Amino acid sequence: MRQAALIARLAALTTLLALLFVPELFRGILEPLTENGAPAIYNQGSLLQLTLAHLALVAAATAIGGLAALAMGIFVTRPAGAEFLPLSRSIVNIGQTFPPVAVLALAVPAVGFGVTPTLIALVLYGLLPIFENTITGLREVPETTIEAARGMGMGGWRRLALVELPLALPVILAGLRLSVVVNLGTATIGSTVAAKGLGEVIIAGLQTSNTAFILQGGVIVALLAVLIYDGLGAIERIAARRAGRSAG
Amino acid sequence: MIDVEGVTRRFGAVTAVDDVSLTVERGTIAVLVGTSGSGKSTLLRMINRLIEPSTGTIRVDGRDTATLPGEALRRGIGYAIQGHGLFPHWTVARNIATVPMLQGWDKPRIDRRVEDLLVLFDLDPAIFAAKFPHQLSGGQQQRVGVARALAAEPAVLLMDEPFGALDPIIRAKAQEDLIAIQRRLGITIVLVTHDMEEAIQLGDRIAVMDGGRLQQYATPAEILAHPAPGFVERLVGGSDRPFRLLSLARVEDAAETGTAQGDAIAPTASLRDALAALLWRGTDSLPVAGTAPRHITLKAILGQAGRR
Amino acid sequence: MTERAGAARGLAALPAARRLDKLGIAIAGLIAVTLWLLPFATFKANRIVSGKGLGLAQALEPAAAAAGLAVFTGIALLAVLRTAPAWRLAAAAIGLAVLCFLVGLVPAHVVPAGNTLARIAPAAGFWTLFFAFAILMADSIARLALGPVARVAILGLGAAAALALLASGAWGGLSIMREFANNADGFWREAGRHVALALGSLAGAVAVGLPLGILCHRSAALRQITLPVLNIVQTIPSIAMYGLMMVPLGLLAAKVPLAASLGIRGIGAAPALIALFLYSLLPVVANVVVGLAQVPATVIEAARGMGMTARQRLFLAELPLALPLILTGIRIVLVQNMGLVTIAALIGGGGFGTFVFQGLGQSATDLVLLGAVPTIALAFAAAILLDAAIDLTRGCPA
Repeated sequence: MRQAALIARLAALTTLLALLFVPELFRGILEPLTENGAPAIYNQGSLLQLTLAHLALVAAATAIGGLAALAMGIFVTRPAGAEFLPLSRSIVNIGQTFPPVAVLALAVPAVGFGVTPTLIALVLYGLLPIFENTITGLREVPETTIEAARGMGMGGWRRLALVELPLALPVILAGLRLSVVVNLGTATIGSTVAAKGLGEVIIAGLQTSNTAFILQGGVIVALLAVLIYDGLGAIERIAARRAGRSAG
Repeated sequence: MIDVEGVTRRFGAVTAVDDVSLTVERGTIAVLVGTSGSGKSTLLRMINRLIEPSTGTIRVDGRDTATLPGEALRRGIGYAIQGHGLFPHWTVARNIATVPMLQGWDKPRIDRRVEDLLVLFDLDPAIFAAKFPHQLSGGQQQRVGVARALAAEPAVLLMDEPFGALDPIIRAKAQEDLIAIQRRLGITIVLVTHDMEEAIQLGDRIAVMDGGRLQQYATPAEILAHPAPGFVERLVGGSDRPFRLLSLARVEDAAETGTAQGDAIAPTASLRDALAALLWRGTDSLPVAGTAPRHITLKAILGQAGRR
Repeated sequence: MTERAGAARGLAALPAARRLDKLGIAIAGLIAVTLWLLPFATFKANRIVSGKGLGLAQALEPAAAAAGLAVFTGIALLAVLRTAPAWRLAAAAIGLAVLCFLVGLVPAHVVPAGNTLARIAPAAGFWTLFFAFAILMADSIARLALGPVARVAILGLGAAAALALLASGAWGGLSIMREFANNADGFWREAGRHVALALGSLAGAVAVGLPLGILCHRSAALRQITLPVLNIVQTIPSIAMYGLMMVPLGLLAAKVPLAASLGIRGIGAAPALIALFLYSLLPVVANVVVGLAQVPATVIEAARGMGMTARQRLFLAELPLALPLILTGIRIVLVQNMGLVTIAALIGGGGFGTFVFQGLGQSATDLVLLGAVPTIALAFAAAILLDAAIDLTRGCPA
């Protein structure tokens, strides 16, 4: 079982790297999908550069959203911010019912085309799941543990840094994983509002009815998402073990 | 009547119940007592075939249980467990009606039965029938659990630590009620507990289990007075054994003709209560209530408390 | 009673600042900044060009602008003071109503008579005020701790008010309604498509996911294979998934004439439906498994001990007790699908996404709104309705 999973991961990674660095290898598979002598291999730009742009966009948005979410999550779980806790929970719940693509679409009238509307949608979706999980994680820290830390003379900040955050980390990371996966998908849609990313390959395929492009773009995006999701899951398990939880 | 004959149950390499034979007479209470892992619950659950015996036979009222389909067998035997297992999404009335419903009784008959049982267990039908389990106290939930087990008028009732989740005061009341209801309905009860005190209080006979084997099967008095060497002796051999013995005997059993000063004690009171009254008043004899002049003396009590 | 008295005593002892509502201060600040800095509406000479922002005073007649300013300031004050939640709820509702009414007055005031090209759209100021009042409303609803029926009633009232507003023609001059008028037939067709795709894939996922979840609950081996695979499926971004569905279906249609005659093609509703179905499986299966797993062991033991068959246990005890969690899975699927259907428009699947992507293609922001706003409304309504259903199944019996 374990071995099979490892082999599957390696195979996925190899396929992804081959698609990015030596796409010519797949000409034999892709050629039959094209019609009227259309190109079989994506030729409107470097797949590698699109991938890097895609990842940079997701990383930047998730970092901005995540840090804001962390700060807000810590604030509303302190006595000073307690008043905002019930509302912030319902805002997070309501916010997450907003479809990412609708947020992206609404951002366009507000800020115009390009990378900015995509970034707005991505930051929002970097924010919500991490915020929710930060609150959940911090509130799940056992009262007795906090009481013990207080009893040993730890001040508020030290308690937060040494006790609460490490114990909440696995839950926070689960939120991070969710936002990264949602954002990888939303960034793909961002190509429809002219943000640079892997969506371009699929959109180009759709516009020219070139199934080969669709397949290339689809497989690259899918493999990227699955591998990142899996990798973040591994980090989460390590954090969970350190926090003394059984890995979920 | 329940006949257990040479029953063994193995789980893989572990023998949970090892060649146990015992008979529970009709209309009596048998208590299976032992530590956890002693096999007492496994033995109980083999009677209604929630667990199938590896070898051996069990007969209920002369009929080999293996000849019936498991579900049909279980619908004919009451079953009550610790934490009551009431269905949280059903009302009290519907919970009690479960087995009659499974047996296909008609609705008026079910309704009548549910009402009778609620009254029997001291729960006003007008108040309790429509409540949900989470709206009841622990003691009420437990009573509904037993009422549900008795709903289809079974001749046999199996109970697995039925009072385990109750606090001591409610527990004592529940034990008294159980004995009263058992005497009234004349049913046969097999009850599992880890509490020797409860076993002595409830059991007509007590089966002490350890390591899957039946160590002793006898009346409470017999077990206290002549415990089997080894496990049973250690189990009942504590410093309170004389008091346990006294709590089994009644004043009328040891009363003698004679007179004494002070308030009279009821002939049905236990000798333990009589001893307590004597010590408290600092005398050595008490009058016994009744028409004949009788009294109970410290010496007579001493004669009952020790090894005979 | 004593609690209230205690609170009153506490209030009297506190300094004035502590008697103010922190959230109310934030909301009032937002309202003040908006009224001061942000444009209330946008004036565009035609459909495509970018617009010019108009403040409240420029967008409305003086009397209307003054009335709006007074109402919004009043609500801000009410929010800052610690008023009863019911009052706050009423204030938020009045604020939303006045806001929506006022924006409908803008075209008549700003656009010269006879000019049919100019477009008026609500601008950042409108949306921010809308957001502020919505927050106030959400907060007061949360403080009132309303039951499921009351929440659905509020949703119904809100929907009725919105429909009445749209039907009254008060918004007839606004650009989004102009787009609606241009696309009236298409709008209802795509709305039907949108809902049909979302509900159809959900129905398929429940029909397959419920039995699959029950089997996974019973077999650890099946569970250990199924859940990770479905998890991976969920990870695949939607465009990629739609694209990947198109390839085999396109080949199937090309090679098998029967499939093509049944309407199965690489483009259109078929790949969208299959992709949505696959996305929907994980929440359904996972929640069925979790729901069945949390049925108390004593309940199962009692059911067995009373002679219930496996089927009776499943239908009388296990499934009813798992119902709240199964509904939670359905809520996740429905809300998620309402959004994902939008993307299906890229592969010709139809739905509100058609307007979104057409609008993006033509740089026509009003058309984008015509697709995006109903999408959000549908997702939002689905969430409220299913949350209420979950509360109902969880609330009274359990």
